[in-house]
Parts: sequence; C-alpha cells; structure tokens
Amino acid sequence: MDWVNAIVQGTLLGGLYALFAAGLSLIFGVMRLVNIAHGDLIVLAAYLGLTVVVTTGLHPLLALIIVIPVMAAIGYALQRGILNQTLGDDILPPLLVTFGLSVILQNVFLEGYTADPQKMDAGAIETASISLGGLSLGILPLLTFAIAVGVIAGLQFIFYRTPLGRSFRAVSDNQDIAQLMGLNKRHIFGLAMALALAVTAIAGILLGIRTSFDPTAGGARLIYGFEAVIIGGLGNLWGTLVGGVILGVAQTIGAKIDPGWQLLAGHIAFLFVLAVRPNGLFPRVSG
Amino acid sequence: MSDSNYTVSRASPAAKGAAVAGAVILIVLILAPWWAGRADMRLMGELFLYLALASLWNLMAGYAGLVSVGQQAYVGFGGYMLFALTIFGGLHPVVAIAGAAVLGALISVPVAALIFRLRGAYFAIGTWVIAEVFRLSFAQISALGGGSGSSLPVDIVRSLSSSRSGREALSYWMALGAAVLVIAAVYLFLRSRRGLALTAIRDNELAAGSLGIDIWKTKFVVYVVTSALTAMLGALIFLQKLRISPDAAFSVNDWTAFVIFIVVIGGIGTIEGPIIGTLIFFALRETLADLGTTYLIVLGVVAIVVMLKAPKGVWGYVRERYQIQVFPLRYRVKTDSRN
Repeated sequence: MDWVNAIVQGTLLGGLYALFAAGLSLIFGVMRLVNIAHGDLIVLAAYLGLTVVVTTGLHPLLALIIVIPVMAAIGYALQRGILNQTLGDDILPPLLVTFGLSVILQNVFLEGYTADPQKMDAGAIETASISLGGLSLGILPLLTFAIAVGVIAGLQFIFYRTPLGRSFRAVSDNQDIAQLMGLNKRHIFGLAMALALAVTAIAGILLGIRTSFDPTAGGARLIYGFEAVIIGGLGNLWGTLVGGVILGVAQTIGAKIDPGWQLLAGHIAFLFVLAVRPNGLFPRVSG
Repeated sequence: MSDSNYTVSRASPAAKGAAVAGAVILIVLILAPWWAGRADMRLMGELFLYLALASLWNLMAGYAGLVSVGQQAYVGFGGYMLFALTIFGGLHPVVAIAGAAVLGALISVPVAALIFRLRGAYFAIGTWVIAEVFRLSFAQISALGGGSGSSLPVDIVRSLSSSRSGREALSYWMALGAAVLVIAAVYLFLRSRRGLALTAIRDNELAAGSLGIDIWKTKFVVYVVTSALTAMLGALIFLQKLRISPDAAFSVNDWTAFVIFIVVIGGIGTIEGPIIGTLIFFALRETLADLGTTYLIVLGVVAIVVMLKAPKGVWGYVRERYQIQVFPLRYRVKTDSRN
C-alpha cells in the first residue's frame, strides 16, 4: 500500500511539474524559443503572489486574479521589448539573453526579498485531505492536478479551436507566409509569451503554497519543466502532462527508497527516456 | 595561371608584434612571485583559471555550436577527483590533476552519447541536468563529506611544497601554465585540419556536412577535449581553495554564468574575446564587488545589451573596425603590386 501511495502522490506532484512545463512547451511550439529564465519567472510569480497576499490579505488562490494579468503583461512586454530581437536562425542570442535575464531576476529577488525562504499561507486547505480506499489524498495536491488538467485542456482548446490558436499555429509553421497573410508575428509572439506567463503565474502560486521558495529556486523548476517536456515529446501538451507524472512518480519512488535519492531518481528517469526514446514518448514536432 | 602574382599568408605585422609583446608579458607574469604581493598573485591565479575556462567554453559555443550551461559538471568533477585521488589514491596532487583530466575525458564519453541527442537550446538545458546529476551523486558519497563537503588534509597540501610562499608560487604557476596550455591548445586545434572543419561547421553546418565533414564526430572530439581540460581546471581551482562541497563545486553561477558573461562581453567565436572579456570581468568585479547583488544585476544587463547591440562583443567590434587579429587564424591573400 505504501508503494501505491507513493505512485498516487507522485502522480499528483506530476500535475505541478506539468504546469511548470506547459509554458515552456507553448513558447517552444510557437517560436522555437527556449527560455532559460522560465524557472525564475515561476519564482517571480510566487514572489508577486506573496506581495499581494501580504499587502491585501487575500487568500493566495484569490491573488491569482491579480498575479495572472500582471504576469501576462510582463510576458508581452518582455517579448516585444527584448526577446523578439533575439529570434532568428542563430540559437545563441535567445539562449544567452534569457540566461542573463535569469541571473538578473535571481539577484533582484535577493535584493527585494532577502535570501530567506518564503512561503504563502493558504490556511486550512494546505492540510485538508480526503480518504479514498485506504489512501489519504491531500486536497491541495488534488486541486493542483485538476488545475493542471484544466490548464492543458484550455491551452489545447485555444491552440486548435480559436482564431488566436490558428495564428499561433500559422507562425509556428512558417513565419514569413504568416506575415504575408496579414499576421504580425511580433504581436503573436508577444501574445504567446503573455499566455505562457499566465500559466506560469498559476504554477508559481501553487508552488509557493506547496513548498517554500527562495531566490535561487528557479533553476530546479526550469529543469523539472524541461524534463517533463522532453519525456512527453516536444510540442505535445498532453504528453507534457504524462512527462510530468512520470517525473513526479520517479521522484516519490526514489524518495521512498532513500530520501537522498528523490531528485536523482527523477533525473535518472529523464536520462533513461532520453537513452531509449530520444524524441520522447509522444513526439509531435521535431526539435 | 601565374603563381608569382600573389602570396597567401596567415601572419600579419600586428600578429607578429602581438606575439613579441605576448612573450614579454608572459615572462613578466612568470616572474610574478618576485614582484607581486600575495593578494595580487591570488587574484591573478584566479584570473588565469577563469581565462582558461572562458577559452574552453568559447571553443565549444563559439566554434562547435555546443552551447553548454553545465560546465560546472566538469569543474566540480575535476575538483572531487583531485580530492579522491589524493586522499584515497595517495597520489601527488600534481599527478592527481592530470588524473582528473583523464577521468574527465572518460566520463564525458557516455555523457556526450546521451546529451548529443538533444538539439540546440535543449542541449544546453541537458548539460545542466547532467551537472545536477553529478552534484546530487557526489552529495551522496559520504567518504567525500556528503552534502557538507570536506577539506584537503594538511599533509597532502604540504606535499606540494613545505613553505607557504612556495605553495603559493607553485599554485600561481600552475594556474598560469593552465591558461597558456588551454589557449595554445585552442589555437593549435583551430589551425589544424580538424579546426578548419570546425570553422566550416560554425559558418554553415549544412554546407560543411555536404563537403564530407563528419559533424557529429568533430563536435564529439571538441566536447571530450573540453571536458578533460575543464576537469583539469576544476582540480586546480579546488587545489587553490583547499575545500570542496557539492554546492560550491557544481555552482552554475561561479563556473558557467560568469564564464558565459566573459565570453559574450569579450567576443564569442574569437580567441582574443575571452582574454579581453576576462580582463573586463575582473576590472568590473574589483570595482563593483562592494555593491553585492547590484554588481551581478549590472553584469547581466551588460551581457544582454552586448548580445543585442553588439553580438560579436568588444573584440568583434575592434576586429571589424581595424581588421586586425592577434592570433592569426584567417588566411590573407596579398597580390603583387606590379599587376
């Protein structure tokens, strides 16, 4: 039963990892941009959430009402102001600019919030649980997983059922022809980044409720998100959810064997998938 | 076709002048233990090691197109191998440094086989995952101090030299030697047949492949050589520090972020770039270090501005404007004035 419990808890944890990954997957799909600062942007959302909670006294989940639009605005400004200039055939500029951004963000957090770990207090929901067939499931992990499924379904809907998604797919397929058809790719890229950071806002708030975070917490979140994307297969959002679940289960099973093995087990699962299925489990686009 | 109308050469007056100046500077630097203070020698030793790390990262990213954000994997690995080989293997530290390079090359082979499956930017994050795996693995080894790390025993430190000034001079010379070795290795490599292939890949991978260059193999060789030398540098770095812990050994900021900033600011894809970048980096650090985190924010902003406005860095700007190169890599055609 302990093992079943580890697998179930890992699956729920995977929902959070899928949320880390969804934004990364979205912007890679639309503009082939890999954002090294993605993890730090997740942490930025958590700090914004903390600031909102402390100043207004709102519940962390209600703080989303403010944090989501703020992050989306930051995303649009970031894309149009800086990142659009880096896009082209050369992979070096976007990589190095987002890497520089990551270092800047970490030190801004350090300056503004000190190095002390912070956490958001969500009250009773943090410890509430329901019993199900001998297992005790936390309400918060269940809610996180449900949100992850909802977010991915929503992104999937936007991508394939709306005019915005059609323009995303158009610039993804061929930027020049999309331009000829009257799309402004700079604007579309800005909207894609805004959407990605809106998802990141949700991920950041849930992270900040679940665990404590500090200015350097972003690197590990980027890596988990990245691993979920690669395990699931590039460009496949539902695959990303599966990737997150595999990563989460590997970590909880690793932790069950030896607490020191928790993170290592996740990385090993990733390297194993990379060794046997280099394109991930459900690839859709080639990198 | 007449053959006496033009000549092809690599050397130029600027390069010859720079070679003479370089030799003089090198002799002055070798003599540093007799003219520099202890603090200055320590700083210069650190500068040389960063110069070497930056030159290696530049070889990978600027020439082979292998952008790694996980070089701390090999710095940390080399440092830990120094500790393991001297403490458990009983080797002399200098032998252990060479041993770290060999082991670094060996471990990089399976790593390359795995992460070469990732393309472009995903390769970069893949290297970071590898560095995390190394960090978490070394944190599990209790014989090397686990998560809290360990110090180099006194008798091993003494085996370098019995006096403190002797040790400091030796570790300074090793750092200088490592920097000269790395720059010479990069220079000779780029002038060789394989270096020509690498330059072709840098300029156009598709065209290089169609000319019969084995792209995978060329990149693989660069990765393994870079890993070995980076592990050697890691061993030297932690011989200076005398203490190692997983967080210090595998720090992404210390061993990758700073190195990337150095190369980007100095000029990526040139041998001269990392040298200029290292000098700028240390000048900034020595003047702005009191500002603490603000200094790192400034550094990040400078790197982003350089990448957006002058992607070839300081040296790229100088080279384009004055058409000079200190390390002669390019061929120059000189036509005879009688025609």
